[in-house]
Amino acid sequence: MELNAANLGFQELNECLRETDDRQITLSGCIGQRFIAAGMSGKEIGIHGIPGNALGAYLNGSVIETFGNAQDAVGDTMNDGEIIVHGNIGDAAGYAMRGGKIFVKGNAGYRAGIHMKAYQDKVPVMVIGGRTGSFLGEYQAGGIIIVLGLSGGEKPIVSNFPCTGMHGGKLFLRSDCAGIHFPHQVHHHPASAGELEEIRGYVAEFCAHFGGDPDEILHAEFTLVTPDSGNPYKQMYVAN
Amino acid sequence: MNIYPEFEVLRNDSRCIRCRVCERQCANEVHWFDADGKLMLSDESKCVNCQRCVTLCPTRALKIVKSDCRLRENANYTDQTIKEIYRQAETGGVLLSSMGNPNPLPVYWDKILINASQVTNPPIDPLREPMETRVFLGKKPEHIRRNADGSLDTKLAPQLTLSMPVMFSAMSYGSISYNAHASLARAATALGIYYNTGEGGLHEDFYQYGKNTIVQVASGRFGVHKDYLEAGAAIEIKMGQGAKPGIGGHLPGTKAVGDVSKTRMIPEGSDAISPAPHHDIYSIEDLRQLVYSLKEATEYRLPVIVKVAAVHNIAAIASGIARSGADIIAIDGFRGGTGAAPTRIRDNVGIPIELALAAVDKRLRDEGIRNNVSIVCGGSIRSAADVVKAIALGADACYIATAACLAMGCHLCRSCHTGKCNWGIATQRPDLVKRLNPDIGSERLINLMNAWRHEIKELMGGMGINSIEALRGNRLMLRGVGLTEKELEILGISHAGE
Repeated sequence: MELNAANLGFQELNECLRETDDRQITLSGCIGQRFIAAGMSGKEIGIHGIPGNALGAYLNGSVIETFGNAQDAVGDTMNDGEIIVHGNIGDAAGYAMRGGKIFVKGNAGYRAGIHMKAYQDKVPVMVIGGRTGSFLGEYQAGGIIIVLGLSGGEKPIVSNFPCTGMHGGKLFLRSDCAGIHFPHQVHHHPASAGELEEIRGYVAEFCAHFGGDPDEILHAEFTLVTPDSGNPYKQMYVAN
Repeated sequence: MNIYPEFEVLRNDSRCIRCRVCERQCANEVHWFDADGKLMLSDESKCVNCQRCVTLCPTRALKIVKSDCRLRENANYTDQTIKEIYRQAETGGVLLSSMGNPNPLPVYWDKILINASQVTNPPIDPLREPMETRVFLGKKPEHIRRNADGSLDTKLAPQLTLSMPVMFSAMSYGSISYNAHASLARAATALGIYYNTGEGGLHEDFYQYGKNTIVQVASGRFGVHKDYLEAGAAIEIKMGQGAKPGIGGHLPGTKAVGDVSKTRMIPEGSDAISPAPHHDIYSIEDLRQLVYSLKEATEYRLPVIVKVAAVHNIAAIASGIARSGADIIAIDGFRGGTGAAPTRIRDNVGIPIELALAAVDKRLRDEGIRNNVSIVCGGSIRSAADVVKAIALGADACYIATAACLAMGCHLCRSCHTGKCNWGIATQRPDLVKRLNPDIGSERLINLMNAWRHEIKELMGGMGINSIEALRGNRLMLRGVGLTEKELEILGISHAGE
């Protein structure tokens, strides 16, 4: 189905998406409608124009491809599926994401991957092609965040205060991270060749979406960040 | 430094039959049997005064009493204050407590009295006349709308239907046990009211009680996914909690075991941290975004509740929430319970629910938006009388949790954070959990609510009111005693005798 979103509010737009039996839907003229495909399963949605906040919130198995930038809270509390953004994304992408994948060609704003989780085989993945703002992976509790720094100029790969409160999951940064200050409750070290193998498949998927050579991208220094304890606040309390 | 124990274990040895029930029942390992001397001994330093041993001792040989070994009396530096300093000096830790604020701060419910009819407008006897205690929570239409053919447009925003104006408020699976959740879920279903998952997800066994379940979405988003959102009858966004306004929650890794970790979708043994803020909410507009993302994900079929702690500017905050698209506002007062909260926060942050409720109801009425939302209040609703007073101050319904825990066997020892609840409520230890039988737990909850419903009807009947709707916001039915002009002004009630 092809749908011109230009004159639709977010409610009407989502109603159209829910009501159609078509699996593949192309939206054109998107002008900032929020909550596109919230909670939806089994759809493949291509978006031309700019989707609004909370794109694919609670997404439950659909694929969303945006041929441009996206706004804040992409994939908020997403459970399954894939969101592909051929541009930059705003703040709090993948907030509390617990499954599925987000691929971003460009940069991410503040708080990307905040409070991402994982449970057994359900491991969410976010790959950001460019650079990220402050508080990357804040409170991260699981999942894998990969930042490639392929675009975004001379800025550091991540801005201030990455991994604050991180207590699970992994973060791969394609940089030596010199000059980046990590909090005391995380470990960071240059990723070994073996450790990078874990993300080879995700980088290959990224390249399939946006172009590029996985080997070339992986042939660089990566920093791997992991928490040193799943119980960062254990020692803070005394029973009263 | 050794702090002298707070309690003494008094054992009447002439009654003790050495059956060792106390020893088996105490998860704190206070009691043991000395085989050489053939007598029961105890280490009172481990005792939390939960009364489990006292209750189960078949010969009533046991008594737990407050130790009279105290530091030198000082009205400023009390025994408690000094010992807290010792504990912190020893460990460098933040003091952690459980359940609601126990301090002697004003309880306004106890300074409010209810009216009754005499001579004119006669009282109604609920035993022989119908009394309506059913309430509907959700947005109410501002105007009568008609269809093109002139018939009434009866499409309403989604509503919760309660057989009586009381619900079980949020306690997560994790903070309380499987059997406690089972008891609450079954009781809510039998009673035609609702219980609340708290921020711990919904165990798959309890999806069957979905029609009477409120599912919670909080800052950590634990266990939140499409099926979970759709499983319940309403979705509650937790912005704050009365026991700990302004801070988040924290389930220690020791409690995130087995099904708890599965239900929350976090690895076993990992701390479950609910951060203080929702990281995507910095304004009413942002709150609106979360409200509508949830409505979109559930196709507008479920009412959305926004729960906030009662804090200083609660009236303005509630006004914002009423404009955010939320259907129901839940306000939690500073006496609300908790499975664990920093002592200083619990005892010093927030305001009494009575004042918050009165202020919110007035503000929303003044602004003409009271019908945009229903108001639910919680934070130490202890009896049917508290419920009636809350409704008359403007609430649509009340949330109870401490009272519900008491019904299930809680003895308010305020040690939930240890995870060793001897009553099988605030624990995940299988041997302790099984002490709470959900058949009995749910029956006791049902008994309590049925008793309250009778009392509510009697109190209403006495006022000559036969419908809870006619009581809501009816502050003329209330009078204050021993309150200042300012307190009366905020509560919107007259003094007794006026």
